[in-house]
Amino acid sequence: MSVIVQGLTKQYGSQKAVDNLTFEVRPGEILGFLGPNGAGKTTTMKMLCCYTQPSEGTASVCDYDIRTSPLMVRKNIGYLPEHNPLYDEMYVKEYLQFVASIHKIENKQGRISEIIEMTGLGKEQNKIIGTLSKGYRQRLGLAQSIIHDPQVLILDEPTSGLDMNQLIDIRSLIKNLGKEKTVIFSSHIMQEVQALCDRVVIINNGTLVADEPIDKLGRRLTGSQIVSVIFEEQNVKPEIFSKIKGIAEITQENGGFTFSSSEEIDIRKEIFQTAVANGLTILEMHRDKANMEDIFRQLTKSVDYV
Amino acid sequence: MFSVFSKEIHLFFSSLIGYIVISVFLISIGLFMWVFSDTSVLDYNFATMDQLFSIAPLVFLFLIPAITMRSFAEEKSKGTIEFLYTKPLTSFEIIAGKFFANFVLVSFALLPTAIYYYSVYQLGSPVGNLDTGAILGSYAGLFLLSASFIAIGMFASTLTDNQIVAFVLGAFLCFFFHWAFTYIARMPVFTTTLDLFIQKIGINYHYNSMSKGLLDTRDILYFFSVIFVFLFGTVTVMENRS
Repeated sequence: MSVIVQGLTKQYGSQKAVDNLTFEVRPGEILGFLGPNGAGKTTTMKMLCCYTQPSEGTASVCDYDIRTSPLMVRKNIGYLPEHNPLYDEMYVKEYLQFVASIHKIENKQGRISEIIEMTGLGKEQNKIIGTLSKGYRQRLGLAQSIIHDPQVLILDEPTSGLDMNQLIDIRSLIKNLGKEKTVIFSSHIMQEVQALCDRVVIINNGTLVADEPIDKLGRRLTGSQIVSVIFEEQNVKPEIFSKIKGIAEITQENGGFTFSSSEEIDIRKEIFQTAVANGLTILEMHRDKANMEDIFRQLTKSVDYV
Repeated sequence: MFSVFSKEIHLFFSSLIGYIVISVFLISIGLFMWVFSDTSVLDYNFATMDQLFSIAPLVFLFLIPAITMRSFAEEKSKGTIEFLYTKPLTSFEIIAGKFFANFVLVSFALLPTAIYYYSVYQLGSPVGNLDTGAILGSYAGLFLLSASFIAIGMFASTLTDNQIVAFVLGAFLCFFFHWAFTYIARMPVFTTTLDLFIQKIGINYHYNSMSKGLLDTRDILYFFSVIFVFLFGTVTVMENRS
């Protein structure tokens, strides 16, 4: 296992930012780390990089425990913090030299030009960091995180605040890096995770709500279906449909009904037959496909908002 | 440690900080020593460098907190501290790197004053009529004093992410540890009881003692203790980030 998280908890005062989190990441896997803002993604990542100490529990990266051997963990990790802090007054190359010297890399110049090539910084390599555009700053952030060729990459919202083109560039960069490294990357954008990751861990209010391969999560979606029906008649009693096999939930709003099924069976036929048997006229019926966004919303629904 | 050290040195001299610090120090010391008639060696009629050694702590009181205020406050406010503390570097390496970089910058400001020594040496009548031992002792004291101020200023910088707060706090702590104890000791309550002890807590007492050209291990030990205590405080504060 590349990264093992066991019962990780971080408490700030009376508030638990991360609460008993447990998951594992296999070598060579790209893990999407999802959650709404304030769910505890950043705190978890900071603990994995040994920036903050966990209140309880522990984690290990490449078999090094974050509590007992933080320096070895940091050696094996490439970390891109949220907001990507850089030394604005330094030159791009100067900065990379600094990072390379921290990691005691031999053949610094060779490695730096290799990294510049890899991250597409070529055009901007002689500039002062403060003058770089957001997309190039992000590339530089990635460059500093991979310069020592770490086994594990931890990227905290690497694509936030980028425009469409930059987004695509950075994503393909991450995808390429993921071919040989273990990548954990956080995001609150579901499509992005869908496009990049092998597996997703979703957390909400600091606790784990889902941990499964992306295609399984997808199947979970197709498994449930939502059918909306509008009847001509008013005062339709929802109870008459409750006997239909597979219906999990019936909701009524604005004169329409929404049936949701929990299993992978088509309930449209049964709804139609029941309606006919009860002398109801169906004006409209359609099936909504639940998508990743819905799953995400469903899993991270917070009672606080109600 | 060396990577942090060279990065800091690089930042000092690729920005204006380094040059401003060195020139402000040399100009102000130069004015007091050679130009202002109240304190000028030329009007004093004695071949000494006392002016340098009495004015320098005052200049350092403002200049050193101005150098050290950015050490951690800037890294914290910009978030780059997270960068440093997620790299394979220990707190000790980061703090020692910054400490030595600050010390080298201050030393660069101090070293050109060797020319003053040469000038006074040549101006003496007869040539060389100058208490070299006292001057060497004073230099040693001044280097140790500046290292202490740097440690104090760096400690102040860890307590906040605002550089102005770090500066004011640093300057206050330097002032307090340098002069305040001398004056507290003079309070009537302590006369003939604790006055000497209180005076010895302050930097000023030990600095003056070294200025006499006497390299007393107690004074040297005192300076190293001050440096150690404040650097230890710096490490402690940085280790307890949440």
